[in-house]
Amino acid sequence: MSIKVEQLTKIYGKQVAVDAISFDIPTGQIVGFLGPNGAGKSTTMKMITGYIPPTSGTGTVCGIDLVQESIEVRKLVGYLPENNPLYLDMYVKEYLEFIAGISGVKHIKPAVERAIEMTKLTPERHKKVGQLSKGYRQRVGLAQALIHEPKVLILDEPTSGLDPIQVVEIRQVIKDLGKDKTVLLSTHIMQEVEAMCDRVIMISKGKLVADDLVTTLTQDGKSLEDTFRSLANSDNHVEHI
Amino acid sequence: MLSIYKKEVRSFLGSLIAYIVMGVFLILTGLFLWFVDGNSIFDLGVASLQVMFDISPYILIFLVSAITMKSISDEKRLGTLEIITTKPITDLQIILEKYFAALTLVAFTLLLTSFYAYSVYNLALPVGNIDLGSMLGSYLGLFLLAACYASIGLFASSLTDNQIVALIISMVLSFFFFAVLGMLGDLEILDKIGRSLNWFSLEFHYNSISRGVVDTRDLVFFLGFISVFLGGTKLVFESRKWS
Repeated sequence: MSIKVEQLTKIYGKQVAVDAISFDIPTGQIVGFLGPNGAGKSTTMKMITGYIPPTSGTGTVCGIDLVQESIEVRKLVGYLPENNPLYLDMYVKEYLEFIAGISGVKHIKPAVERAIEMTKLTPERHKKVGQLSKGYRQRVGLAQALIHEPKVLILDEPTSGLDPIQVVEIRQVIKDLGKDKTVLLSTHIMQEVEAMCDRVIMISKGKLVADDLVTTLTQDGKSLEDTFRSLANSDNHVEHI
Repeated sequence: MLSIYKKEVRSFLGSLIAYIVMGVFLILTGLFLWFVDGNSIFDLGVASLQVMFDISPYILIFLVSAITMKSISDEKRLGTLEIITTKPITDLQIILEKYFAALTLVAFTLLLTSFYAYSVYNLALPVGNIDLGSMLGSYLGLFLLAACYASIGLFASSLTDNQIVALIISMVLSFFFFAVLGMLGDLEILDKIGRSLNWFSLEFHYNSISRGVVDTRDLVFFLGFISVFLGGTKLVFESRKWS
């Protein structure tokens, strides 16, 4: 299993942000992480990437414990945070070389070249990040996440705020990446899940409400959107594979 | 290794702040040394940089705070802190590399005044007749003092996502630990407590080293002071993990 979490819980004060979530994601799957705003998607992702520790529960990435061996886990995980934070006054290449350095990449130059090629950033490589369009900035964010050839990619709303053409391009990049990596991406756009993902994990109010293959969820003629609506409104109902 | 250090130094040199800090420091210390009536070297007739060493601690409170104000607060504002703290690098390493980057700039700024030291050395009669021990001690003291300011500045920068707030917190804390503690220590009503307060002020140890006698107690105090504030920065960094 690439990602495995068990009874993962995060409590802020009295508010339960993530409530005892468990799932396994095998290697090579692209998983859509769905849920209304405030459902706990970002919090779950932050726990998997080691930004914040869970209040209770455990998790592993490629068999390595999230909390005990956080640094080792981070070597295996590439993370694109929500809103794609970037240093706007750095040049694209300069930024990626910096990220490669702190990601522990040994041969920085070839790693940067490869990331630029994979995200099709070549024409913009000599510009400053602040000069790029939103679509290209998103690619820089992706390049940053995959520069150390991680086995697992965690992408928090990778297509939010992009225009329709950019969305299609970024989806293609992610699909290509998914061929040899495990990808967990959050979104609230249903078509995106149908277009890219093998499997869907839905959460609502911090609880897991569905975990199924996209084909299973859509087989009886219902659209993914209807399923999502009904599940988001009913608590505690879990469908399993 | 050292990626964050290099990035920080490069961003200093790419921004105006570094040049403003160096320029302002050189101009202010130069004015007081050579031109201000009554206190300048020509008026005093003594070949010494004492005037500069007296005034620099106050100038540096502002300048060092300006160097460090962006360090962490800007990463918080941009959200990039979430990127660098989820890379395989420890919080302590991030803090230390940022700290040493700021320290490099501070050291370079101080080195620029060696031009004044050279001038004074040649003005003395006969040439070279200056209290070299005291001057080197003062430089060491000034560097350690600025290193303390930098640790305060980094701590202040970790508390907020607003550079200006970080600048103000840093200046207030620096001034407090340099001057106010000593002033409190001199109050007669505080008596013995006052004298121990005095011992905790940066000014006390700065003056002590400036005499040209490097006492290990002063060095230990400065290093301890820096460790406390860098440790505090680390605590603030980790506070995201508590709840």
